[in-house]
Amino acid sequence: MCVISRKVTTAMKIRTLRRHINESFKSLGRNGWMTFASVSAVTVSLVLVGLFLMVMFNLNKIAGDIESDVEVRVYLDQSITQPQQTALKNDLKGIKHVQSVRFQSKKEGLNSLMESLGNDKKSFSDLQKENPLPNAFILKTKKPEQTIHVANVVKNLPNVTDVRYGKGTVEKLFKFINIARNVGIVLIIGLLFTSVFLIANTIKLTIVARRREIEIMKLVGATNAFVRWPYFIEGLVMGVLGSIIPVILVMVVYRFAYYSLGGNLQQMFIKLIPYHTMTMNLSILLIGIGALIGVWGSLSSVRKFLKV
Amino acid sequence: MDDVILMQNVWKAYPNGVMALNGIDLSVKQGEFVYIVGPSGAGKSTFIKMVIRELKPTRGKIFINNKNIANLRERQVPYFRRKIGIVFQDFRLLPKLTVYENVAFALEVIEEHPRQIKRRVMEVLDLVGLKHKMRSFPDQLSGGEQQRVSIARSICNRPPVLIADEPTGNLDPETSWQIMDVFRRINEQGTTIVMATHNREIVNKIRHRVLALEGGMIVRDQQEGDYGYED
Ligand SMILES: Nc1ncnc2c1ncn2[C@@H]1O[C@H](COP(=O)(O)OP(=O)(O)O)[C@@H](O)[C@H]1O
Ligand SMILES: [Mg+2]
Repeated sequence: MCVISRKVTTAMKIRTLRRHINESFKSLGRNGWMTFASVSAVTVSLVLVGLFLMVMFNLNKIAGDIESDVEVRVYLDQSITQPQQTALKNDLKGIKHVQSVRFQSKKEGLNSLMESLGNDKKSFSDLQKENPLPNAFILKTKKPEQTIHVANVVKNLPNVTDVRYGKGTVEKLFKFINIARNVGIVLIIGLLFTSVFLIANTIKLTIVARRREIEIMKLVGATNAFVRWPYFIEGLVMGVLGSIIPVILVMVVYRFAYYSLGGNLQQMFIKLIPYHTMTMNLSILLIGIGALIGVWGSLSSVRKFLKV
Repeated sequence: MDDVILMQNVWKAYPNGVMALNGIDLSVKQGEFVYIVGPSGAGKSTFIKMVIRELKPTRGKIFINNKNIANLRERQVPYFRRKIGIVFQDFRLLPKLTVYENVAFALEVIEEHPRQIKRRVMEVLDLVGLKHKMRSFPDQLSGGEQQRVSIARSICNRPPVLIADEPTGNLDPETSWQIMDVFRRINEQGTTIVMATHNREIVNKIRHRVLALEGGMIVRDQQEGDYGYED
């Protein structure tokens, strides 16, 4: 008995779902041009969102890579004595935000420099005879932003000739990322709201046409959920349709960026996010945002028609 | 507890301050036929809207089928509506659906089984005498026929009570008699009927209990009563 009745309920739900889907597509078709306009709006927004996120994700990754090896190099006066050097090391350890202090002899310094330059090792072989690099302390900070502060303090200590921390690139990069992020976020929020608004408007038009129908549905005892379903599906379909072109575009653009630009960047020790990781995640994200915009737009406009 | 409708000290103030109902007490038993009469603006429609829970009373209790709907939660309303039939002056049919589809619609939205739907729709269309018009569209029907479709729709869920607000208000006298004939048949099946009306001829000819409203108060409650107004 129980099994049978459960079967009946499930069958009913599938039938009902089919009905809702039918209703949604009928309405989307009837309001073809409005549907097209809304889908286009979502498309435009998501294209921009996609490109922006593509850049931001990579900048974040690059910043993260650099972050994990930001260090402050403190070059020492050639004439520094052993006790002075020990005292300096203790001073450095005492500076706020400094996580570790490591001594690097001039020889080690040259070796690591040559290693990092890889191919061009030969042209440096002369230097090995007469090493121009001074001895140095390498400081690590807990956070990359702190390197600037640490460097400023260290600069004024005795027996320090020079302080380097990526020649300000770190500073500039973080400033740039922050600005880009803020501008981008404002822009994107604006765009997304516009899309939500457009979808809401389209759905509102379709609802006005079906107002009578909703009224009668409520009169004969349809639940709000039942009334809402077709609109939910309509919004979802519009949002997901709107994300198709952006997803394809992101795949194409990133293929180009990754395979042709990526090689050049690699020589600058910059690694982009792998193609598949990026396109997978971004596609899912874009489709998700599209669906969210659509559903939000449609449900927000159906709400006030339900109070009958 | 065989009251289909029981009102206890029901008041209704509209947001603009108009007091549309002023302390209504009322009991309607299973199987009764009740006319609500009274001048325009007396509160008849407000009364009907309270019974179908389109409006909440400002104060008081309204029991329909022994359940107080004054404090019914919003999500319970659809299930309550399935237990009452509602008919309006303006029919409220969907113009793009056939007669059959209009009636079936009411059962589809409450997710009735298709086989039951078909059987029941034919049954009620037969009851209102419109089985032969089931493939017609509303605009191919007379006003009286449209109202019969709307009545068929209202009873397809077998509600114990049928609520009608001026069901003959848009119809000529002869058609109105047909509607009353349909109501008689439904009432004979045991369905309680509450009908707000302006139609003096009908009230005086087909005698039932009469509730007269004036200024939001019941001024007369009379078995087999007459219309009582010269308007
Ligand atoms: N939505 C409303 N807002 C404010 N006042 C209303 C509203 N509906 C009806 N009224 C007022 O309530 C009173 C009763 O109206 P109603 O119930 O429609 O009377 P009837 O149906 O008997 O003509 C009238 O004074 C009317 O103006
Ligand atoms: Mg009225």
